[in-house]
Amino acid sequence: MAKVILENVSKNFGRVQAVKNFSLEVDDQEFLVLLGPSGCGKSTTLRMIAGLEEVTEGKIYIGDILVNDLPPRDRDIAMVFQDYALYPHMTVYQNMAFGLKLRKRPKEEIDRRVREAAEILGIQELLTRKPRELSGGQRQRVAVGRAIVRQPSVFLFDEPLSNLDAKLRVQMRAELSKLHNQLRTTIIYVTHDQVEAMTMGTKIVIMKDGEIQQVGSPMEVYNYPVNVFVAGFIGSPAMNFIPATLVQLEDGVWLDAGNFQLLLPPSKAERLQDLKERRVLCGIRPEHIQDKAFASKRPKGSTIEGIVEVVEPLGSEVFLSVRSGGHTLTARVDPQTRAKPNEKIELVLDTDRIHLFEQETQRRINTE
Amino acid sequence: MRSIASVVNRKSSPSFLKILRSRRYAAYWMVLPLFILIVGLVVYPFCYSLYLSMLNKSETKWVGLKNFGRLLGYGTFWLVVGNSFRFTLIAVFFKATLGLALALILNNLPLAGQRLWRGVSMIPWVMPLALSSLGWWWVFEPTHSAINWVLVQLGGTPKPWLSDPFWARVSTIVTNIWFGTPFFMIMYLAGLKSIPESLYEAAQIDGAGAVQRFRYVTLPMLSRLIAITVMFSTIVTFANFDIVRILTRGGPRYTTHLFGTYAFNIGIEAGHLPRGAAVALFMFPVLGLAAFFILRNIARGEE
Amino acid sequence: MIQSLARRKRAKVFISYCALVPFLVFFLFPLYWMLITSFKTDTEITSLKGVPLIIQGKPTLAHYKKIFFETAYVTWFKNSFLIAGLVTIITMAISILAAYAISRLRFFGSRHFGVGVFCTYLVPPTLLFIPFYKVVGALGLLNSKWSLLFLYPTLTVPFCTWILIGFFSSIPKALDEAAFVDGASYIQMLWKVFLPVAAPGLIAATLFAFTVSWAQFLYPLAYIYRENEMVLTNGIYTTLIRGDVYFWGELMAGALLASIPVVVLFAFLMDYYIAGLTRGTLR
Repeated sequence: MAKVILENVSKNFGRVQAVKNFSLEVDDQEFLVLLGPSGCGKSTTLRMIAGLEEVTEGKIYIGDILVNDLPPRDRDIAMVFQDYALYPHMTVYQNMAFGLKLRKRPKEEIDRRVREAAEILGIQELLTRKPRELSGGQRQRVAVGRAIVRQPSVFLFDEPLSNLDAKLRVQMRAELSKLHNQLRTTIIYVTHDQVEAMTMGTKIVIMKDGEIQQVGSPMEVYNYPVNVFVAGFIGSPAMNFIPATLVQLEDGVWLDAGNFQLLLPPSKAERLQDLKERRVLCGIRPEHIQDKAFASKRPKGSTIEGIVEVVEPLGSEVFLSVRSGGHTLTARVDPQTRAKPNEKIELVLDTDRIHLFEQETQRRINTE
Repeated sequence: MRSIASVVNRKSSPSFLKILRSRRYAAYWMVLPLFILIVGLVVYPFCYSLYLSMLNKSETKWVGLKNFGRLLGYGTFWLVVGNSFRFTLIAVFFKATLGLALALILNNLPLAGQRLWRGVSMIPWVMPLALSSLGWWWVFEPTHSAINWVLVQLGGTPKPWLSDPFWARVSTIVTNIWFGTPFFMIMYLAGLKSIPESLYEAAQIDGAGAVQRFRYVTLPMLSRLIAITVMFSTIVTFANFDIVRILTRGGPRYTTHLFGTYAFNIGIEAGHLPRGAAVALFMFPVLGLAAFFILRNIARGEE
Repeated sequence: MIQSLARRKRAKVFISYCALVPFLVFFLFPLYWMLITSFKTDTEITSLKGVPLIIQGKPTLAHYKKIFFETAYVTWFKNSFLIAGLVTIITMAISILAAYAISRLRFFGSRHFGVGVFCTYLVPPTLLFIPFYKVVGALGLLNSKWSLLFLYPTLTVPFCTWILIGFFSSIPKALDEAAFVDGASYIQMLWKVFLPVAAPGLIAATLFAFTVSWAQFLYPLAYIYRENEMVLTNGIYTTLIRGDVYFWGELMAGALLASIPVVVLFAFLMDYYIAGLTRGTLR
């Protein structure tokens, strides 16, 4: 039960700066997700919190204690590794008990805590098995169990679900969320999978090239991405980006994308008075583009025409790649669509949900 | 060592450094026995050997390179040089090819049989060479032994296996092939197992026959392994002692001596330690070259 | 079509077995020849009549009795066991610590040190036995089996360290990090995680240290002339040949018996031995 604070933390590997001036406060009981593509420094950050990497500059506090110089065992943390790192020569029970045994806890206490943890995770029957006799999901659970047993004030997860198959991953996601509710402990979780971040995190930190891009709740980062990178990283399929120019006409502010124009809703236009003739990037998520023929209610927004290139039916929905002028847009439409490759289609873009970014700085233009 | 460690890490925070340094100290203590062993029992004797080889027989006078020069003037020494290279080249060649053949054969067997016969085939390698050489000595014994009896039964003439220079060389080489082929076999077999089956299937679909699959898939995939194994074997074969010492003691008339046995003969038996040391040191260039190639090959594999 | 594939496969196995036969004859014949000789009477060994490839007369244990009761064979056996056993213990102690430090606790020069270990492992005994003669003499250990106690490790330690570095390096890094987070010290990590996980490597290294020590011939031959201090390899060779008289029966019996310990060890631990050998050579 502790806060974790990072103050201007940097990490250099030789000349490469893996983490740059990273400052963050993780509240007690938070489920914080460090999200970013590989090589963005998220794992390095986690390993510095764990004490597996030395901090080049800055300070890390766990609870109220400066831990820069403490070895992992004195930091009151537990970690779950990507490939689980279970001791192959020990049984599940011994794996879970190892940390407590090294701390010379009495036998009865160890036994009680191992069994409690096993019960929470539903692995009581596996206690006498060796890791190699377990399935991937079971190993995952044991790895989590090994962390729980220690009753640390902070849990660290390093991409723990990336070795599981898709179905198990969904299941473990739910279980980890449940576990967080049950244990009420601070969790710091590293992943490159934005779905994991969105579904489990109470707060998401999006990183790129060793720097924080945005910190916020899942819905915040989804609805108000601060820059093009975050906008493109969160959401699947990824947001469409269309280079355009802002044009003020009598009837309002228009986005001129070359072969089509979009009229911005007045609420957004108000904020854009001083941006006339500016080059911008217009971002719109696939779920905010509809097939006009099947748009459920009266279509809201602007209509554009295009040629269907690819149709990807997923059952519950259909992804369309539509070419319109020089742009290819991905749309996530109703499964009833009759779109066929190489045929014309009319799409409705929900202009209320449009995101605008400055083309030069890639930053969000605030329209709310 | 302390100063180096602290210079390297001056920038990091002081007490993490302490942990690191304690780890470094632990590491130094842990390698210390090995370090002492290598320096005291390999490096020092080697340097001492260089010094020793420049003394006279009674080790009272510095004679410079005279021992080396004398050796180069002996016909006998050149016999040893010639025979060492001949012995090594022929034996390694046969070991490498027979080992490959055996590995391919074993690789074709069903797994249970493969395990058993692989184990049986390893016996010559596992058995102490000095003891198996005694057995071969008896096999090559001219009057009472089996091999000449078999030759006669097959209509041949008995051969003076150990008393004729040619046949004595054959005997020592055959014994060495017997001893070393399993080593090649086991290396190749490990290599064969690491070639993915899909490569053979792809080659088959591309229309490659068995010979072509061997030529274009197996051999290229094994090439690095073959090179390393050959170099290893070259060192071991070139520096062999047991076989020649037991079968022929270098005879008849110095025709089967290797560097090792000749050095023993001169240094220990004839009591001329400095010159014996010089003989052994003549091996060094060849061993060094082979070691260099192995290291280079291994480094290449790590890339 | 399917049938012909199966038939082809069976033909392949059959041909392979046929091709294996000459190899097996070559490999096993000397051993068979040693075995039958050791049970033949002296008269049969020297007789020129009949088929020498089988035991024609009554098998005899005379040669075995003779080496046991009329030579120092039992003493050599004890010496061999003592030396090989002690050398193995020394070797493992040195190698485990060094390999752990080199593969995990990166320190100044650890990479070069690894290469150095490899180079010393390539040094054959024939290169250094002459200077060793002086070293052994200076230590007053000429003619003493204890000289072998510090000569053999020069052969075993580099190789065992090298293969253990290989085995240790293949242990995933995350495993020591997990142990580190769990609160293990470096020594606990070695003892409770590395050694159990690398157990196959330890078995292989132990086996190598023992067999190499057991089989060494040059060093004892060069430095030990007193019968009671000899080990099996030089004992059998030097004392069972008197001038021109070869005691073939005793020689073969002694050589076979002396080979049994290492061959039996190999038979039980073959997989470890092979894994260690291939990894030590190819890494």
